[in-house]
Amino acid sequence: MRFTPLNLGRWILWSATALVFIAAPLVFTSGFSLTMMTQMGTLIIFALSYNMLLGQGGMLSFGHAVYSGLGAYVVVHTLNLMGKGSVVFPVVLLPLVGGLAGLVFGVLFGYVTTRRAGTTFALISLGVGEMVFACVLMFPGFFGGEAGVSTNRVVGKPFFGLTFGPALQVYYLVAVWCFLSMVAMFALTQTPLGRMANAVRDNPERAEFVGYNTQRVRFLQLVLSSFFAGVSGALSCINFEIVSAENVSAIRSGGVLLATYIGGVPFFFGPVVGSIVFVFFIVALSGFTKAWLLYLGLFFVLIVLYAPGGLASLVLMQFPLIRAGRWRELLLPYALAGLAGLVALAGVIGLVEMVYRLSEPGASTVLSVLGVSFDARTAPPWFAFAAVLAAGLIALRITTRRVGERWGAIQADLLAKAAG
Amino acid sequence: MEFVLVQTLNGISYGLLLFMLSSGLTLVFSLMGVLNFAHASFYMLGAYFAYQISVKIGFWPALVIAPLLVGAIGMLVERYGLRTVHKHGHVAELLFTFGLAYLIDEAVHLVWGRQAVPYRVPDELDGPLFQIMGSQYPIYRGFMMLVSVAMLVAIWLALTRTRIGLVIQAALTHPQTVEALGHNVPRVFMLVFGGGAALAGLAGVIGGNAFVTDPGMAAAVGPIIFVIVVVGGMGSLAGAFIASLLIGCMQTFAVSLDWSLGGISIAQAAPVLPYLLMVLLLIFRPKGLMGTREG
Repeated sequence: MRFTPLNLGRWILWSATALVFIAAPLVFTSGFSLTMMTQMGTLIIFALSYNMLLGQGGMLSFGHAVYSGLGAYVVVHTLNLMGKGSVVFPVVLLPLVGGLAGLVFGVLFGYVTTRRAGTTFALISLGVGEMVFACVLMFPGFFGGEAGVSTNRVVGKPFFGLTFGPALQVYYLVAVWCFLSMVAMFALTQTPLGRMANAVRDNPERAEFVGYNTQRVRFLQLVLSSFFAGVSGALSCINFEIVSAENVSAIRSGGVLLATYIGGVPFFFGPVVGSIVFVFFIVALSGFTKAWLLYLGLFFVLIVLYAPGGLASLVLMQFPLIRAGRWRELLLPYALAGLAGLVALAGVIGLVEMVYRLSEPGASTVLSVLGVSFDARTAPPWFAFAAVLAAGLIALRITTRRVGERWGAIQADLLAKAAG
Repeated sequence: MEFVLVQTLNGISYGLLLFMLSSGLTLVFSLMGVLNFAHASFYMLGAYFAYQISVKIGFWPALVIAPLLVGAIGMLVERYGLRTVHKHGHVAELLFTFGLAYLIDEAVHLVWGRQAVPYRVPDELDGPLFQIMGSQYPIYRGFMMLVSVAMLVAIWLALTRTRIGLVIQAALTHPQTVEALGHNVPRVFMLVFGGGAALAGLAGVIGGNAFVTDPGMAAAVGPIIFVIVVVGGMGSLAGAFIASLLIGCMQTFAVSLDWSLGGISIAQAAPVLPYLLMVLLLIFRPKGLMGTREG
């Protein structure tokens, strides 16, 4: 028996997470923020389950929506059967049904996809995803074709007075399942399987020499991950009361990849951050501009290029500085770089919005910024925004170099201090 | 009989088009280890550029200019994107091209709208080429085959008979040695990536008007060429060639047959067939048809 001290920080962190889940709807009371938070909770489960593959197992999947989507289809049919009265089952436990369905499909498809690793795994997962999508459109009897299958979540006897009719009750259902799934997935990272998955990700050859079957480790990891994907699919089915071909599509699979990577693949909490940012991006930005997907893509590419650890890594990078009490030295460089970034962003937004206004039939080509209105069909605004963009980019180059220098110097100081 | 003949010819011309796409993808993959997720987006860009140029100048200049433009974009992407992300490993490179595909698709939406553009076959190539037992065969299909074959022969000659081709072949297996001999291997990478993009662009120029030029064309053809690369065996040009023709013919025949199995006609099942082939092949021959690399 090994002595394991109580990890206080971890307990505080998890309790705080639970508190946030409980308190969030009390702070943000509007219906709009409630639907947004429900979506965030669903996506958090989905993104964490995705990170079981990408972050912990090194498997880049382009078809993860298959498991959540098919789980959602099974749940929607279960709900409809419950509505007809032929099956009696509590709505609270429906995510379990979705999870089991996801798990079964994980066993089925995982057997094929996990035979290979690396790039080939990525391609095969894409192929399987496309296959399932095509099949869903091929059998409209079960899958409802393009329109999908709709349902009603208020069925059966109320569960301790909860009917899950009101959005608030759905939020708490999602929150409870989200919290449980987070704990379960974190616990999984601590098990021997979770550790072996890391080993297979980092060095499959050595893992094999130690005596593990890498294919089986990948398979088990994928099966468990598809369980949680199924749970999230079930919750989204309960939330939206409709499941369509879009739920298994490549768009969904790509979306969860974006959310996970933007948050930060190397950290357990990364996908949580990513999901929150992603939903916010979609819901908030899509109301403002038709080009929101372009901005999202641009954001993703920038993260891949310059912050491969995601947003979580950017935050965690500051901790050693704060601990050493030297964060003040970086305030000015950060502020300048941020300013330069904003200028460049303004240039990009101006150009993109003008392109969109010109191409969209019927859209007005007259835009106004800060009270100055201009026509996108004339040349001057193009030159102006291009100049703003160029200036922003040059400034960004200079300021980020200063941040890098300052950062490097402090880091070297800290290392020298630690060494002696 | 004539049905089989015409469909075979159609299948081969489609298969050759697929090979123009998959060959660039395979070459880039075996040279740089990067699977270019945006390859199909370059195909789409080629079609849209060709449409824009053929509206302004004409189809024949577009046939030359559009692939060159796409190739130039490819080189820029390699120089300023892939090279930056290279140090983070292959997954980061794949993700970068994935993000790029996203960006290109959205940019196309933004610039040309969500509807298909009227990119048509030029008049001089419109019409029947010959007749076989009563059914006509369009000139444009023949032209597609001609361009594809000419292109493939040109690439084969360039790879085996020219100095730069030999350097590329050497860099495939021994990049360090080639660099030590004084060749600029990063520049070779850039050229090959640009060349692959230009090939995809050319496929877009001749495929865009034969089929349809809309913002969904990248998403429609992308998964198919990835399946071809897996089925043929990662990094094998010969495998990609066989798989392209196989899947090209399979798709063409499946769409035009009206047999049915258990209530589902073959034509309805056509979109699933390539993926089914991939899954079956992976179960029985995980390396792919001609594959040597283990993933």
